[in-house]
Amino acid sequence: MPILKQLSVFVQNQPGKIERVTSVLAENNINILAFNIASSGEYGVIKIITDKPELAYKKYKEAGLTAYLSEVLGIVMQDKPGGLHSVAQLIAKNSLNVENAYVYVPKSRKKAMLIIDVRDLKAARKNIAFDKKLKSE
Amino acid sequence: MFWQKNIETLPREQLEKLQLLRLKATVKRVYAKVPYYKKLFRAKKTAPKEIKTLEDITKLPFTTRDDLQKNYPDGLLSVTKDKLVRLHTSSGTTGKPKAVFFTEKDIATAANNMARCLTMTGVTKSDVLQNMMSYGLFTGGLMMHYGAEKIGALVIPAAIGNTDRQLLLMQDFGTTSIHLTPSYALYLAAIFEKKGRAFRKKLKLKRAYMGAEPYTEETKNKIESILKLKVYNSYGLTEMNGPGVAFECGFQAGMHLWEDSYLMEIVDPKTDRPLPDGQTGELILTTLTREGMPIIRYRTRDLTAIIPEKCKCGRTHRRIMRIKGRADDMFILRGVNIYPQQIERVLMSVAHVEKNYQIYLEDNDKMTVKVEITKKLFDGNLEHLKKLQFDLTEKLRAEIMVRPSVELVEPGTLPVSEGKAKRVFDNRKIY
Repeated sequence: MPILKQLSVFVQNQPGKIERVTSVLAENNINILAFNIASSGEYGVIKIITDKPELAYKKYKEAGLTAYLSEVLGIVMQDKPGGLHSVAQLIAKNSLNVENAYVYVPKSRKKAMLIIDVRDLKAARKNIAFDKKLKSE
Repeated sequence: MFWQKNIETLPREQLEKLQLLRLKATVKRVYAKVPYYKKLFRAKKTAPKEIKTLEDITKLPFTTRDDLQKNYPDGLLSVTKDKLVRLHTSSGTTGKPKAVFFTEKDIATAANNMARCLTMTGVTKSDVLQNMMSYGLFTGGLMMHYGAEKIGALVIPAAIGNTDRQLLLMQDFGTTSIHLTPSYALYLAAIFEKKGRAFRKKLKLKRAYMGAEPYTEETKNKIESILKLKVYNSYGLTEMNGPGVAFECGFQAGMHLWEDSYLMEIVDPKTDRPLPDGQTGELILTTLTREGMPIIRYRTRDLTAIIPEKCKCGRTHRRIMRIKGRADDMFILRGVNIYPQQIERVLMSVAHVEKNYQIYLEDNDKMTVKVEITKKLFDGNLEHLKKLQFDLTEKLRAEIMVRPSVELVEPGTLPVSEGKAKRVFDNRKIY
């Protein structure tokens, strides 16, 4: 179960603000794999998974944007009805406190991945991996 | 009309003689009785005997807002506490206020000055003054009350708010004069417009005194035309007894400052050098008659100029121009004096909030504090930002008693000015 690097960027909810966030990536030839916006009216946090997270982080800093680099858990889902449901069951069973979640579909398009932001990443990973293993057996 | 014609028209020469006599007595008094002043005098290598002419006042130290706060609650008293009859504090916040004490004689002097002010705008004992200012620690309500009572006018201590009752009182008791804040006056104006001419015709209103907040000439004109009365400009501050320090006479060309009670100077706020009459600078006031808590060279931070020409009304007490602004960046919101430093202190008390903030003021008493979200404040979590925003709002409300809206902004969005950062953007039209 992969641990991915997620970028969070603080943005004000104003015209042109998202464009500013994406332009940094475009200019530096960084590919966006998943993108999610959580807004609270006047401001929000953009979450981005890219192919070059460290570089993206550096470029944001240089551009004067407030960014934060953290690790998130990616749970592979079966691309069929009920795929997300079984992952949700896993999360519930392990009483994980998910702060944020969104879907990432890798290039292959065979499988989708649910990206979850949890407090204790390592423990979550261990529990879910163990559960999954049991299930597949 | 005069309240005390002999003093109000005292020839300059005699007035200045009286000022010198009173200045000498005041200086002697604080030097002997207020240890803090003795210390200030010594630091400036000066003593009461140095004061031989009025011009010698520049040898004395200034008293600042900080000095008053440092001496809170009662460090600057020059009488024993049993001589005191009243305490007022600066319109205020929960930070350390400026406490000002009065003896019985101090109250009488302040009321007398107020009576002069009201009389010169035409108030007599047959007038009815509805005092729509808050009573309490704030000087505005009580000092106006005492002044009007001294004249023998009927005072309605209506205090602030409850507009329906205010209108009823005006109508039923034939109010001729009102004392209120400019923001409340604008509110009343809107109601008068709604009620129409017939309602106004039932009232006997002649004049309004607006205080506690600054206002523009445009606001004054608007209120005069809608309420159909005369608005008289006035100047006062708690540290100097509140309202009635300076007031417009019937000719309305500047405000007469009672020079037998206060010695005024205008200095360049940057260099502290005295400026000649007619030039705009910071108004410095020294109390000449106060017993309980005399204050030497108080830096009002208010910008104005002295009008040296004799007024047509015959009063010899010189006039000052309407206040043109502040030498510091204090602003007034809902009658509360607020300093950007207070906002800054609250922001700094929250971990990692940095110095980059700005305060925006809009009409209808709206205040917005913009805070930059720097790297240290950000962990990618939206909930944490919301909590920060909530905490800042609550802490600011506790400090300044007005609930601001706190906006979180990206770093670099607040313009950085050269030199001293501009913190306050006052976009209010009524001031």
